[in-house]
Amino acid sequence: MIRLEKRPQPSRAWSMATPVLAVIATMVFGGLLFAALGKNPFQSIETIFWEPLFGEFSFYYRPQLLVKGAPLVLIAIGLSLGFRAGIWNIGAEGQYIMGAIAGAGVGLAFYPLDAWYVFPLMVIAGALGGWAWAMLPALLKVKFGTNEILVSLMLVYVAEQLLASMSLGLLKNPEGFGFPGSRNLNDYAAGNSWIAQDIGLHWGVAAALIAVIFAYVLLNRHMAGFQIRLSGEAPRAARFAGVNPTRLILLCLGLAGALAGMAGLFEVSGPAGQVSIDFNVGYGFTAIIVAFLGRLHPVGILLAAALMALTYIGGEIAQGNLGLPAAAIQVFQGMLLFFLLALDLLTNYRLRRTVTEGN
Amino acid sequence: MDLSGINPVLLIASLMVAATPLLLAAIGELVVEKAGVLNLGVEGMMITGAISGFAVAVETGSPWLGFLAAAAGGALLSALFALLTQVALANHVASGLALTLFGLGLSALIGQSYGGQKPPAMAKIDLGPLTDLPVVGPILFGHDPILYLGIAIVAAVWALLKFTRLGLILRAVGENHEAAHALGYKVVRIRVLAILFGGACAGLGGAYISLIRVPQWTDGMTAGVGWIALALVVFASWKPWRVLAGAYLFGGVTVLQLNLQAAGIAIPVEYLSMSPYVITVIVLVILSRDKSSAPGSLGRIFHASS
Amino acid sequence: MKLTKLLAGAALALGLASTAMAADKTKVGFIYVGPINDGGWSQHHHESAKKMAEHFGDKVELVYQESVPEGADAERAITQMALQGADIIFTTSFGYMDATLNVAKKFPKVKFEHATGYKTAPNMSAYSARFYEGRAVTGFIAGKMTKSNKIGYIGSFPIPEVIRGINSTYIHAKKANPDVKISVIWLNTWFDPAKEADATQALLDQGVDVVLAHTDSTAPLAVLEKNGGYGFGQAADMIEFAPKPRLSSIIDNWAPYYIQEVQAVIDGTWASHNAWDGISTGMVGIGEITDAVPAEVKAEALAMKEAIAKGEYHPFTGPLNKQDGSPWLADGEVADDGTLAGLNFYVEGVDGDIPQ
Repeated sequence: MIRLEKRPQPSRAWSMATPVLAVIATMVFGGLLFAALGKNPFQSIETIFWEPLFGEFSFYYRPQLLVKGAPLVLIAIGLSLGFRAGIWNIGAEGQYIMGAIAGAGVGLAFYPLDAWYVFPLMVIAGALGGWAWAMLPALLKVKFGTNEILVSLMLVYVAEQLLASMSLGLLKNPEGFGFPGSRNLNDYAAGNSWIAQDIGLHWGVAAALIAVIFAYVLLNRHMAGFQIRLSGEAPRAARFAGVNPTRLILLCLGLAGALAGMAGLFEVSGPAGQVSIDFNVGYGFTAIIVAFLGRLHPVGILLAAALMALTYIGGEIAQGNLGLPAAAIQVFQGMLLFFLLALDLLTNYRLRRTVTEGN
Repeated sequence: MDLSGINPVLLIASLMVAATPLLLAAIGELVVEKAGVLNLGVEGMMITGAISGFAVAVETGSPWLGFLAAAAGGALLSALFALLTQVALANHVASGLALTLFGLGLSALIGQSYGGQKPPAMAKIDLGPLTDLPVVGPILFGHDPILYLGIAIVAAVWALLKFTRLGLILRAVGENHEAAHALGYKVVRIRVLAILFGGACAGLGGAYISLIRVPQWTDGMTAGVGWIALALVVFASWKPWRVLAGAYLFGGVTVLQLNLQAAGIAIPVEYLSMSPYVITVIVLVILSRDKSSAPGSLGRIFHASS
Repeated sequence: MKLTKLLAGAALALGLASTAMAADKTKVGFIYVGPINDGGWSQHHHESAKKMAEHFGDKVELVYQESVPEGADAERAITQMALQGADIIFTTSFGYMDATLNVAKKFPKVKFEHATGYKTAPNMSAYSARFYEGRAVTGFIAGKMTKSNKIGYIGSFPIPEVIRGINSTYIHAKKANPDVKISVIWLNTWFDPAKEADATQALLDQGVDVVLAHTDSTAPLAVLEKNGGYGFGQAADMIEFAPKPRLSSIIDNWAPYYIQEVQAVIDGTWASHNAWDGISTGMVGIGEITDAVPAEVKAEALAMKEAIAKGEYHPFTGPLNKQDGSPWLADGEVADDGTLAGLNFYVEGVDGDIPQ
């Protein structure tokens, strides 16, 4: 019999080793899948993991990793604070959308004014948009004890419908021949987030890195960070230690919403360029997975987002070069997540062989 | 502005069909959540059911075998989720999301050769003169067997939860897994069974779309119904008959919206489409005064450490 | 713009390399918005692309990427194709317009072709089909075939292309049958089989007996086959639903255009343009009209098709009023392309409002 025994403390060694093991396991099973589809498994795996980093055109793909990873980091950092405190915001996708709408709305209102303060105002509006959308579940939880998992999820659908309404109505490009979607903010110098497009650098990337450092400091050096950790690990002790749960809920959800909203704004004013009906490609949901893959640790999240971004971009290259179907890449990513989630067991638990005793 | 074009009898009959995939998926998820497990992978299980049902129905020529395969396919995928959350003790939310991603990819992969094919039709139950009755005929007696099966499952789940010992244990496990464990119930076993049931129901719901409602196979054809099913369970405050009512309400909003448009009435499509979700949030707020409704251990990881 | 040079240099170097390796094989890329087996829009582009590749045999290499979301991911997918040495890239959805333009600026040597948009550049063409010409023919058949005098139209998004389709359908249905009424349902999606099926059912429930769809899946025809009523193939021939419910179809036949453009690249004669072709060049095809349609109706429909093909008849010919009754086109006057390109109003007789 094999029995699980909870470790007194998560194992550091295993927490480093499990992601590597998971990636190896995914390569093995993914390779089998690709072979079953009639593709060379070694070439496929190499294309996905090697090509974007060191391949012939890595000068283009490496910056793209930043573009793809930045929103994931930004959202996941915000979510991880709440998750650590046992506050489950799974509606980041909605907060991301609302941030994009609010931020882009402000930018488009100023169009075509060329002034230095336009972009900062857009960022603030984006953060506020996301924050306000997250405050709905937060306030309902504080006031009525309503379950924030479900409210935040419901609000994603509401946000998606608002997005459709905005791209077909209020924010529609007046010069767009009636097609849905706003003006392209890339054509509006005062309202776009690129710092240096050549190296994939936009303000979202900068903000993501700042967020990682901020979260690290907050969690390790700051009272609020201590309270967050305490509430998640020992809720009863937290109450004795004088943690105010109301403030904590407002703080965690508010931060997560603001970061997700900013991520949305950076995306529509940079890589996506415009508010359109489906500019959101599920970053808000993927970021939840990223937060868990990163073990809710700021540095871990950074690495997890990089890994996700790598499989996205590598997967696209494999589609283009090897003709792998898009569906196979999706299955491959699903496998990777399964292995990462499953093997995390070894970090928190010890496998013990037990002699069955007569009971 | 002519409402006379809308025939309420046909409207109701149509909304019953539109609501059935939702109903099946939601009643399965209700059982899962009652057992204290939050499986966000409903969409992934539905689409897997949709393609396994479609593929088997096309290969064998039997829609019944198709639905059987759909239930098996959905359950098989949910077994992965059970493995992750119950054995490997992974986080429910993350595992469910990963399940959806995996299911969407897998179904598209399996479905590559099934585009453009036609599944065998499932005959409607022939109730002879009953079906020809005015008003009640089309509403009550004019449907396919799976629609009735969906309602039967709702009734069965209701009876199971309310009257049987198994239902009692299921609820106990969902309310407080430590206490249930202390009482000697097999928490993990119960939860795995609940998850498999949920997967099978979601699979049936998916196949209802690919075999009856549309009927054809296309990638991603469940188009978010699984997510609405999650909302529906909450909306119904974990009560089976309210799931039925809620499914008809959600389905009704969709069908009514389309009918109003067809009748030439200008309505803001987006605002009507978001109404079910807004209503769900309001219901949640009202319900949260009554702390007993949501299962106490929902989404929490259980490990029998002692 | 360091990278621009770098990219251009790389493309050039690769271009040279591939020329040296595979004796001037032209690499043709396609970007699709849906999966290549979606049964509609993307599948049809892909089939046309394959026909093009067959036509050229060893002379071209076909590469494609499916299910590319519009937005940030599209730009990367297009860039990637250009980097891999594609000589010409077709981006086949409206939402790729800005992304295509951005990439085109970076790769001046590569040719780009964007479907259904309006922006062009020295190395980027726009191409689109005059679907409304096909809609005239199917609208006419619909008007003749309806017994309830009610036809239905399932719209995706309220954009000019779809509004042109609705107007053209109605005008010609009314020519065939002065009592005809049209019901329009907007779905706000190009592709959602379940929703398309529900919309079809809603139309049937209200007594509509001919349904025209402007969305991508075959779900409407599947529902019509099951529950009665007539419909038409959209984008693809959808012949598997003939003779009933599918009466005919509007086929996007991109293959001749693809062959023409790739040939121009091979010959070195490619030039940027804004192509808007219809029945005359074969870009819009009318699928076989089935025996469910009476012979004289079929003959009239084919005659209309011929007249459009020869340029003798324009589907938007006056007298036509706008929905509010104000005059649009005087007797004999023909709508100009500029107005049609941005068409945002219904003609008189269509009920309901265009969502704004």
